Amino acid sequence: MAGADGDDSLYPIAVLIDELRNEDVQLRLNSIKKLSTIALALGVERTRTELLPFLTDTIYDEDEVLLALAEQLGNFTMLVGGPEYVHCLLPPLESLATVEETVVRDKAVESLRKISHEHSPVDLEVHFEPLVKRLASGDWFTSRTSACGLFSVCYPRVSSTVKAEIRQHFRNLCSDDTPMVRRAAASKLGEFAKVLELEYVKSDIISLFTALASDEQDSVRLLAVEACVSIATLLPQEDLETLVMPTLRQAAEDKSWRVRYMVADKFSELQKAVGPEITKNDLVPAFQNLLKDCEAEVRAAAANKVKEFCENLPEDSRETIIMTHILPCVKELVSDTNQHVKSALASVIMGLSTILGKDNTIEHLLPLFLAQLKDECPEVRLNIISNLDCVNEVIGIRQLSQSLLPAIVELAEDAKWRVRLAIIEYMPLLAGQLGVEFFDEKLNSLCMAWLVDHVYAIREAATCNLTKLVEKFGAEWAQNTIVPKVLGMANDPNYLHRMTTLFCINALSEACGQEITTKHMLPVVLKMSNDQVANVRFNVAKSLQKIGPVLDSNCLQTEVKPVLEKLAADQDIDVKYFAQEAISVLALA
Amino acid sequence: MEGDGGSEIKQWCLSQVKGAIDDDVTEADIISAVEFNHSGELLATGDRGGRIVIFQQEQESKTLAHSRGEYNVYSTFQSHEPEFDYLKSLEIEEKINKIRWLPQKNAAHFLLSTNDKTIKLWKISERDKRPEGYNLKEEDGRYKDPTSVTTLRVPVFQPMDLMVEASPRRVYANAHTYHINSISVNSDNETYLSADDLRINLWHLDFTDRSFNIVDIKPTNMEELTEVITASEFHPLQCNTFVYGSSKGSVRLCDMRAAALCDQHSKLFEEPEDPSARSFFSEIISSVSDVKFSHSGRYMMTRDYLTIKIWDLNMESQPVETYQVHEYLRSKLCSLYENDCIFDKFECCWSHDDSEVMTGSYNNFFRMFGRDGQAGVTLEASWESSSPRCPLRPWRVCAGSRRKEDEIGVDCLDFSRKILHTSWHPQDGIIAMATVNNLYIFQEKLN
Repeated sequence: MAGADGDDSLYPIAVLIDELRNEDVQLRLNSIKKLSTIALALGVERTRTELLPFLTDTIYDEDEVLLALAEQLGNFTMLVGGPEYVHCLLPPLESLATVEETVVRDKAVESLRKISHEHSPVDLEVHFEPLVKRLASGDWFTSRTSACGLFSVCYPRVSSTVKAEIRQHFRNLCSDDTPMVRRAAASKLGEFAKVLELEYVKSDIISLFTALASDEQDSVRLLAVEACVSIATLLPQEDLETLVMPTLRQAAEDKSWRVRYMVADKFSELQKAVGPEITKNDLVPAFQNLLKDCEAEVRAAAANKVKEFCENLPEDSRETIIMTHILPCVKELVSDTNQHVKSALASVIMGLSTILGKDNTIEHLLPLFLAQLKDECPEVRLNIISNLDCVNEVIGIRQLSQSLLPAIVELAEDAKWRVRLAIIEYMPLLAGQLGVEFFDEKLNSLCMAWLVDHVYAIREAATCNLTKLVEKFGAEWAQNTIVPKVLGMANDPNYLHRMTTLFCINALSEACGQEITTKHMLPVVLKMSNDQVANVRFNVAKSLQKIGPVLDSNCLQTEVKPVLEKLAADQDIDVKYFAQEAISVLALA
Repeated sequence: MEGDGGSEIKQWCLSQVKGAIDDDVTEADIISAVEFNHSGELLATGDRGGRIVIFQQEQESKTLAHSRGEYNVYSTFQSHEPEFDYLKSLEIEEKINKIRWLPQKNAAHFLLSTNDKTIKLWKISERDKRPEGYNLKEEDGRYKDPTSVTTLRVPVFQPMDLMVEASPRRVYANAHTYHINSISVNSDNETYLSADDLRINLWHLDFTDRSFNIVDIKPTNMEELTEVITASEFHPLQCNTFVYGSSKGSVRLCDMRAAALCDQHSKLFEEPEDPSARSFFSEIISSVSDVKFSHSGRYMMTRDYLTIKIWDLNMESQPVETYQVHEYLRSKLCSLYENDCIFDKFECCWSHDDSEVMTGSYNNFFRMFGRDGQAGVTLEASWESSSPRCPLRPWRVCAGSRRKEDEIGVDCLDFSRKILHTSWHPQDGIIAMATVNNLYIFQEKLN
């Protein structure tokens, strides 16, 4: 096939093949990622007979190479000759499915699942299913864990005798000696249940589920909680009480906090899976217990679900349940000893107001909001403030403003700059909801104070905040309230504050429009070109470049150009550079 | 056996001595950890030079019917290097403090090794094939003329001499402010704990960037510090249970199910102090130097300076068994304090069937106790005074000056020769222990 001139086209492929075993991992990785190019050059026959056997033995390599290989092989069907030959990909993937590195194994299983669909029903029984069995009865638990992920893809497509064998294998793995395998089986239980016939779900899966849910290892039991969701979805309502609920009740009261945490974390899914009746009778008390759990991690997870849980309660009894069962627990959580619990609650509690309506919110929730706004932990206060919009819709924000203001002021002056940064980000939202009057009266001075914060990130965020406020309140408001203050800082003795003036002008010119920019801002900028600090001068040049597009051409020629020319002759190299850049960008040369 | 515990005490024979046998020992060669893996097929030692040597048991040979396979070097690698903590101006020694094997998960073997600060996960694997065939090179590395390439060649794996590789898989660093004294793998096979003087952290084997603090006994004011953690271990079967021993001689059992932070112990094993025996040294000698669960998980053994205590997990008030390791040293505590020997941390281990326990002592003596009888036997790890396949002669330490052949006076003991690190084959009558720089392997005499 290769003549004398075939060398040119073969050379790059030859390099790629040689680099499959280069000492440098990067080069090997590179070659593996171009495996399809190599396979294409070799043709389907040689790919099957030479390349794949080589790759099957490559399991000694670094994880990242193996990971890339496992991924490539999932897309290799056409390169080995199409679905007819797809089974040739099984040996290398089988060996990758037994390595110790979880990510590589998982990727190999993913690719195996992918190519299983490309097997004909006959090939599936002749090639794929035996591989699953080999892995399932392998000596090492790495191969048995990999098998767990493959049952569900072949089960629907094989004969009933093979189906029975697969069920048996899965049963064995659920009671494997090593917790690793039982964990893998538990995590695939739900997925496997979905492809099983309902009669087997009831006969097989339920008993496996019950066994895994009472495993001696916490790490296995907690995975059974996840399976609970899928299994409950599959069963008819009338069977849930006898088949699933005993296990779920037991999990919600498990001795291990990690299992209870899992129940709390999956509570909304569980609630949807078991339906309204069981929710009313069983889940409500269970949820109350989780909210009162002795372990803070569990309470925090449950607190996170308060809103979702309440939202999904059946409409006819929602309000009663919340008022009589949930709200008392929530009230206690507001003064929890653990700040993560309080903060989790603060991030969802405002959402309850839409569910409970105006009167209940004012009577019952408002005191809680107010208490949280005064919490000692800034994160709690921030979470309340960041969700103000939900309350605003129901009762209007005025109800809160009395307490809101001190909370905001305190956060605005918090010693931790990250807290200050977080509250700045909520300013535009607050401004929108509180209205311009309230803002001018109470918050404007805060926004200005941030401009002279000693942390740059805060000054920068404050600048950005001004832009958003102007977008909200309009140019006229800007001219009256903030522009004078910003321009006033141009005479500040601290050069960092003078630079802030320039940064504000950069940010505001567009929002304020041509008139304000030309009349009020430009003169200040031009004046600052005489500043004694070079950093200020080159920022003048940068500002002029930035606001240039807002100005008219006459003004550019008569006022901006002379100043830039002067700066272009500055003794400082940076000033010169930025002045020249501005001249060329604004086309003033 | 001269009435020394009755017929139950088994006889032991010297099987092998590893390491150079001369008096000139370099610091780096001193063995600091000895550990069999879960099948007993491999035996790992760590030393002060940060090296780990792994020995593999040979398949039983047919010619020597009465001897089990010998251990030969399988792999040697540098686990830790000396480091310098520039922030604290502290040298970090490369000395291996502990080695723990992971349950085998595939054909390769994995172990955790730790120095004072950093834990590493090592993979020890075999390779018996290598790829051959280049397109652009000869096998000897000479480049071919690129234009001579007319067909593509895919490399082929060919058999080669067996090669054992040790490769670092994970490094768990920056989680300990104080010196790590213990590591222990959980029965869930996915987590392990590491303990330093004041804290215990829980790690997931797959994640090196986070660990969870599960015990913290650091007082806000360090001047109030009265107790440190000296050893810690997971229960062999219950994934939620672990214990830690303290410098005051107590052992706390914690249940990780109860809370995320296990500052509240669920059981406290402590023997009430005998006020009449109280002395300046009481607290020092009660410090727990090692704690080990029995294989069954029912009992727990602690080693303090003079005794081994066996506790039933269901009884906190006092140990069910107490064995005197070297009671004759009680009168010598003052001089042992002066030469710092009193701070030596002796390890202890259970026999494969939990019926016997073993620990080290001075003068290269080690003590074995059958759990049915009270008196133990004192044996010596010495290549000079024992011959292969001959049962070891028990020693007796006495106070007086008149001695029989098998007796030695307390004053004649050599305190520089001590057996701190010991390990018992998990399924068989084979024990391994480190004298200064030598590894001794003994086998139970087969009848």
